Amino acid sequence: MKQRVVVTGLGICAPNGIGISEFSEAMFRGRSGIRYMETLRQLGFRCPLGAAPEVPQDIMERYFSALERRGLTATGLIYGAMAGQEAWYDAGLDVAPPEEPDWDTGVLFGTGILGVDTFREAVMQVDAGNVRRLGSTTVPQTMGSGVSAWLAGKLGCGNWASANSSACSTGTEAILQASWHIRQGRALRMLVGSCSDSGPYIWGGFDAMRILSSLDPADPAAASRPMSARASGFVPGSGAGALLLESLESARSRGARIYAEILGGAVNNGGQRGGGSMTAANAEGVRRCIRGSLEDAGVDSGAIDLINGHLTATTRDPEEIRNWCQALGRSGRDFPLINSSKDVLGHGLAASGSMESVGTVLQLSQGVIYGNTNASDLHPEISRQIDPACVPVKSRNHQVNIAAKASFGFGDVNSCIIFSRHNT
Amino acid sequence: MKDHAHYATLREIILPYLPEDIDPSGIGPESLLIEELNINSAHLVDIVLDVEDRFDIRLEDTDMQQMHSVSDALRIIDTKLGNT
Repeated sequence: MKQRVVVTGLGICAPNGIGISEFSEAMFRGRSGIRYMETLRQLGFRCPLGAAPEVPQDIMERYFSALERRGLTATGLIYGAMAGQEAWYDAGLDVAPPEEPDWDTGVLFGTGILGVDTFREAVMQVDAGNVRRLGSTTVPQTMGSGVSAWLAGKLGCGNWASANSSACSTGTEAILQASWHIRQGRALRMLVGSCSDSGPYIWGGFDAMRILSSLDPADPAAASRPMSARASGFVPGSGAGALLLESLESARSRGARIYAEILGGAVNNGGQRGGGSMTAANAEGVRRCIRGSLEDAGVDSGAIDLINGHLTATTRDPEEIRNWCQALGRSGRDFPLINSSKDVLGHGLAASGSMESVGTVLQLSQGVIYGNTNASDLHPEISRQIDPACVPVKSRNHQVNIAAKASFGFGDVNSCIIFSRHNT
Repeated sequence: MKDHAHYATLREIILPYLPEDIDPSGIGPESLLIEELNINSAHLVDIVLDVEDRFDIRLEDTDMQQMHSVSDALRIIDTKLGNT
């Protein structure tokens, strides 16, 4: 029997808020996590802006033992392990006893690349002929499955523990993969999420491609402008988002609080054909993914109230709007409300899909929509397609019933989830 | 052995690697690092590196293989420091 899948826990380590309560307030108030970073300027970056969670020592001590903190330099692992543990405890779950894991609960935590700072130290040691000095923590901090392995061990999850990777689509894809695992009855619960390291070694390649924001670094909060006429490139970000997914049956049987339901979704890729490439999307691939998600969810396109787009603040944002219009068959005033979270989070790369999904679920469960803080100067190619009122500039209370969350990424990959509010 | 010149220093190095359910007061010279103190065998590598840094010595793989107990470690440190 096909199991229904719900969200019963949330966790986040975001550039504008550590933990769900700080994050939801920051998102509603439009508080930016984007900062000027002197180190980037000194290294010669064209874009000296970035977005990284600032983790206070007391929170580090809450989530990591003294031993776990020793030599811990993989920022993605720090963010992911924090977000994952928060989602776990938020869902009211207990840690498995030492003798036996919880065989019905798994972890799927994606990343683009893990522990680049740790890896850099290792490279320098190896090149200096000091391989014996690497110690035992290099591998767990740099393996792609580092976060899922860490969380599965800390919490005692005995089901599937793995990591997916699909560039900036990683987080959204992870949530879908885990929801399918539960839907098929292969697990009762999945702790799912994604993370991205912060810093120059992650962001440098994007700077070199000249796709980052060229706006005035003296005003960091205004530099990431999804859907704006002045959008000039994205601001690189980092962090982690996590969700505890659970079968509806399991959630009900233990009386868990339900934030939202995952009705369905789809992943595909455009095959780098039809205008698609390593960096550009095949528009037909995007439209198929959106339509496929509606079909999988059993939802009519007219039922979508809110879209949380990929919308990175490059000059491609109008094309994404065109794809939504065509895939949904809705435009002008008939278009749903749409927002991007990258105005305040920057582009969290592999972490973006999970952080933004946490934001989407919060909007559904709290009955709010987040404003697009930097979209008051809407791009003319967007205002020609949809009514500007569909792009809220200010956050407000507004009951959303069904939301679509999409992420697209390098390699022409696409993913889209349909979330619905859960009426209890 | 408890009066050994380096016992206190070595104990300090080992302490952070003890699992949370092991009582630090239980560490003695004859404690077996893995079997009794439940130190993760991967962490033995880190203890060796910490010992190297603290005493400015270099331990070989053969030394590590002989390091079963706290007193084994003290003996190896003594040998490396030329105190035997």
